This record gives sequence, structure tokens and C-alpha cells, in this order.
Amino acid sequence: MPEANQPTRAEQNTPSEVPPPGHIDGPFDSRSIDLGRIESLQVLDEHGQVEDGLDPKYDDETLLKVHRAMVLTRAFDARMLAMQRQGQMGTFAPNLGQEACMIGQVWSLGPDDWFAPSYRSFGAQIWRGWSMEHLMRLWAGYHSGFPPPDGVKDLPFSIVIGSHVLPSVGLAMAMRRAQDAHCAVVNFGDGAFSQGSVSEALNFAAVEQAPIVFVCENNGWAISTPIDKQSGNDVLATRGLGFGVRSLRVDGNDILAMMMATQEACRRAREGQGPTLIEAVTYRMSLHTTADDPSVYRDESLVDAWKNRCPIARFETYLANRNLLSSEQADQVRAACEQEVLDARTQFRETAVAEPRQIFDHLYAEMPDELEEQRLEYLRRLDRKGVK
Amino acid sequence: MTREIHFRDALREAMSDEMRRDERVFLIGEEVAEYDGAYKVSKGMLEEFGPRRIIDTPISETGFAGLGIGAAMMGLRPIVEFMSWSFSLVCADQILNNAPKMLYMSGGQFGCPIVFRGNDGAGGQLGSTHSWCVESLYANVPGMKIIIPSNPYDAKGLLTSAIQADDPVFCLESERMLSMAGDVPEESYTIPIGKAHIVRPGTDCTIVSFGRAVHFCMEAVETLAKEGIDCEVIDGRSIKPLDIDTIVASVRKTNRCVVVDQSWSFASVGSEVAAEVHRMCFDDLDNHVYRVHSDDVPAPYAWNLEQEMLPNAHKICQAVRGVTYTA
Repeated sequence: MPEANQPTRAEQNTPSEVPPPGHIDGPFDSRSIDLGRIESLQVLDEHGQVEDGLDPKYDDETLLKVHRAMVLTRAFDARMLAMQRQGQMGTFAPNLGQEACMIGQVWSLGPDDWFAPSYRSFGAQIWRGWSMEHLMRLWAGYHSGFPPPDGVKDLPFSIVIGSHVLPSVGLAMAMRRAQDAHCAVVNFGDGAFSQGSVSEALNFAAVEQAPIVFVCENNGWAISTPIDKQSGNDVLATRGLGFGVRSLRVDGNDILAMMMATQEACRRAREGQGPTLIEAVTYRMSLHTTADDPSVYRDESLVDAWKNRCPIARFETYLANRNLLSSEQADQVRAACEQEVLDARTQFRETAVAEPRQIFDHLYAEMPDELEEQRLEYLRRLDRKGVK
Repeated sequence: MTREIHFRDALREAMSDEMRRDERVFLIGEEVAEYDGAYKVSKGMLEEFGPRRIIDTPISETGFAGLGIGAAMMGLRPIVEFMSWSFSLVCADQILNNAPKMLYMSGGQFGCPIVFRGNDGAGGQLGSTHSWCVESLYANVPGMKIIIPSNPYDAKGLLTSAIQADDPVFCLESERMLSMAGDVPEESYTIPIGKAHIVRPGTDCTIVSFGRAVHFCMEAVETLAKEGIDCEVIDGRSIKPLDIDTIVASVRKTNRCVVVDQSWSFASVGSEVAAEVHRMCFDDLDNHVYRVHSDDVPAPYAWNLEQEMLPNAHKICQAVRGVTYTA
């Protein structure tokens, strides 16, 4: 029994006694609950000028390597789009305008960190060690393009929206259990954030303090659905706070901001400080995929506005101001990247064939007899048809 | 040494034996730890193995199924318990799109050695949404294996094989059998996945069944024996792969076949067995294959209607009389 002179619950609610969020035995009064803050990060403004005191001062070699990777991503993007139009690729999902997101999210990963890409992540895959010729075989549907290159810890890119986010958290939890002090980065888009499984992934990651960085590339569009139809709250990073995940919103067209944000998030994950959600705000300049025509639903003036925020042009201004890259040198990088892509295409055309005999390979670790019979019948069918 | 234990104990022994043998094995699911499992299958496991290996989760099937898949890709050996396979429907994307395809889509790089297990089929007045038989739905998908033990001995041996397997395995149990007692060796043993078992030899008609429905068949054959019909009963034990060879050898001897499958009839395990028997025993059959399934309605909630909807001894007797022209 409470004693008569004890203060009531309400009277106990002095500000100094407010418990941390998450305690259900806390006070229930009219005060708001503070879930924490969304940190917002931009280093380079739209004119390529550095915000006061924010320059991370990365070394010259790193900056030039990152610049070249962004230019190569764009050259690969343009060539793949052309190849699809010429009938050499099944489908393709362009990445134009999102090059800073791509490279920024993986640049600080080491070979023992994991990366779980989605289908628009090819720039990051190239950075991680996939050759462009390999990616061409993958996008053309050849089985030889499926496995990642030796030693590259990348999951197969996810085509089902958001489907890979939970397995990525499971993978990160398994790393932590194995006392493997590395981290995982998982990439998805604003549309994927509407999938319940992505929220479940954030929840589990927070409960387990999994060493993972969620990079949500908010490019404004899920095929034809704009962000204001996708979410009642267009600052997607706020969702992370609700789950207890450290969250920030980064200018996704600012490579320096992306590099800083992901480097810090990965460091925290590796050191056992838990997951981070990074909302990278960017814009899908091009098609959803080659099966899409945005002109039927999108006012092109919206795209024009984003052309002024080109991540590569902005970065080149910065590099020029640091006397690292003249416009002539930038042109040389562009030409060299274009040639590298053409060389990859030549190699793809010369060496790649879809091998029909591989269709049952790797379906089971231990092949069931009935399936082996089906496989043999399939091979006999190819032989009868004279397929080499 | 063999002694009599319950079905749920046999499942637990398989899991515990494998967890003692292999550090990589862990159990994850709703209520599996502190509560000893919603059906007490994991009773005492938290005490023995601790919370790092017996893991309670939020009510989030997609969540913990997906986590398990990621952990399996990293080389762990998760056992994921669904309180009911009915609840697996919410995580179809994880269990059908990720687990069975990961090895294939990574070109052999990332396997998915994972076991999903839980209660399948009508549990007894659980209503239509909680009484799913998922075997026919899921058997359509390449890349995983499906086991469906009908007794405690098979439960331990098949589940042990499943945990040791390098492929994803779905283990379909039945709430109605968890308290069934049976002789089970104390020591660990395996039963190969994909091998059927002839439960009762006979000469006049082959009855093929799976899981709980095997017991309805055994009930029926007692009645039929009194009528002079001697049935051979085959417990498939596994649905995927299906041991069609054992079934075919039996039908070539009896020349008649009845399939008893608790799923709905359309595009089902039963229709698959029938198609294969028709293909491989075309010249041996004295009659077409008869099939006994659940009626094509959602599982009723009323107990008497539920019994009527499921395969039962009466329906099986009628089918055997039909296929043997003794009706």
C-alpha cells in the first residue's frame, strides 16, 4: 500500500527524471517524446563550393579515384542503355544522376565487408571489383555472370524490391556472432521503404545492434510513383529514429557528404555501435528501367532542375578549385572511361555466350535424383536439336 | 537404446543433438526460448543452449525468416520455427524467393542451409486462416526440399537429416501429432530425405500418403482387411524429392493406387503422384488412380465440419472400394 504522503506519479515527473525513450514505465504527460535528431549533411553546395569548415580533406589519390569511378559509372550507364536498345541486353535499370550515391556508399568498404546491392547499383559493383564485361554478362542473363568475382563479398543484386534487406541484417548478425569485426552495407530505394520487410529489418537491426548501414537512395520515383504518393512523410530518415536506429539525411548528389556519412557509419558498425540509416537524397534523371517511359507521367522541367545538381559537375568544380583536375584532364578521364567501356563491350561480344547446359546448375547443393533425370532429358533435347 | 517418447520430444532431440554436435546450429522463432515454444517443442533448450542459440523474436515472420537466410548464407545453420506454417504465408517472398534461389542466383557462391519447421494442416478448430496445408503450394517451387514425418521415429531421423542438409528444407509437422508416442532410439540417427517407407505390405491396392493422413489410412486398412481387401500403405516421408520409385514398384505389384493427400486436390501433391503413376504404370493399372483430398473449401471452424472436410478413414475406404471394383 502506498503511504499517504507519497507524491503522485504526475508529481514525480520532474524533467530530470524523464527516462530515456523506450521505457514503457515512463511518465505519460503532455510533453513530447524526443526520439533524437536527424543529422543533415551537405559538404559541397550546388556550385561545388565547400560549406564552411566541412571539407573532409581526403587525399588527392582517393579523390581522383572516386571521380574516375563516377565518370566510369556514367559511361557504362549510357553504353548499357544503348546496348539494350540494340537488343543486346534483356532489361536495364539506368543510374544517371546517382553516381555519387553509388560510389559514396561503398568507397570505404574493405574486401571483408559485405555489400548487398539492388539492381541499380552497378557503379558500386564496379568499385567493388566486378568487371564491366562481367556485369554485361549478368545483365544479358548469362549464368556465367551470376557469381560475384572471386573474393568479392557482394550478394546477388536484388530484383524483388526490398527483398534483400532482411537477409543482409541476418548476415550482419551472423558476422557479429562470429566476432567478425566488419560491416555490411545494404542499398535500397524510396519505393522499397514501403515494403514491410524493410521496416522489419530496421527493427531487428536495432534490437540486435547489427553492424549494418542502410543506404536508402531516395531518388524521388518508384517507377511512376513520386515520393509524395509513396510516403506521407518525405523525410524517410525519420523512420529510422522510430526504430531506434541512428539516422541521417545526406545530399546524395554530394560525393563528399556521401563519403563522410558512410565512412562514419561503417566505422561505428565495425566498432559495435550499431546500425545507421542514411537517406541519400538524389534524383532519378533517367528511366526506371528500359521497360519504362517517364515522359508519360513526369514533367521534364523537373529533370532540368536536377541537371544543375549534377554530382559529377559539382565534384569537378571542387577538384578544379583544389587544382587537382583541369577541364582538359576531366575530358581525358571521360574519353578514357568511354574507351574502357567499349573495350568491355568488345570482350563481352567476343567471349560471352549463354551456356544452355548450365540451366540446372547450382539449383541444389545435393541434386535430387528426379531433377538429375530432368537435367539429362534436357541435355538429350539439346543434342537432338543440335544445340552446341 | 530405444524407448517411447512423444513426437515433440523427438523433434527436440533432433535439434538438441545437432546443436551439441555443430556449433553453427541455432533455433529462432516466436516463443521458442522463454516460453519453451508455443507447443513446447523447444522445452528446456534455452536452459541448455542459452539465449545466443535459442532466440525469441518479435512477431515478424518475414523478419526472422529473412534473418535466418542471411545467417545461413554466412555459414550458420539456422532452424526457423513457424508457430504454424499458416503464418509462413506472410513471408513467402523470403522462403520462396530467397532461400531456394540463393545458391542458383549466386552461381553456386552462397548456399542456404536452413530448416524451416512448424505445424502444418488442420490443428483442430483453428479456423480457415490457421489450418493451411502448405505442401502442395510450396512443392511447386524448385530449390528446396520438403519432409513430412508421420511418427516420432521419422520425426527425429528426418529432422536430423534436414539440419545436416546443405539445401533449404521445409519440415511439416502437425499439431495433432505432437503428443503421439512412439519408439525412438536415444542415439542420433538419420533417415534419408527422398526415401519412402512401406508401413504395411499388402497385395490388392497401394495407398500412398504423407504425414498425419498416414494414420487415417492405417485406420481404413483395418476396416478393408475385414472386407478381404489387403492394402499396401506407403508413407512418402518426403514430398520433395518424391520417392516415385517405391510407389511405382508397389503399384506394379498391386495394380491399383489410391493417393491420400490432406491438401486441396487441384494441382496438388496427390495430383502429382497420380500423374506419375499414370505415366509410369500405364500398362499395370486395373483402374485409374483414385485421390482423397480435403474438400475444396476453407477449413471449417466447427469440429464436425472440419472432420468431414479432411481426408478420413471413411473417404479412404470408399476410394479403395472404388479402385478395386468392390464398391
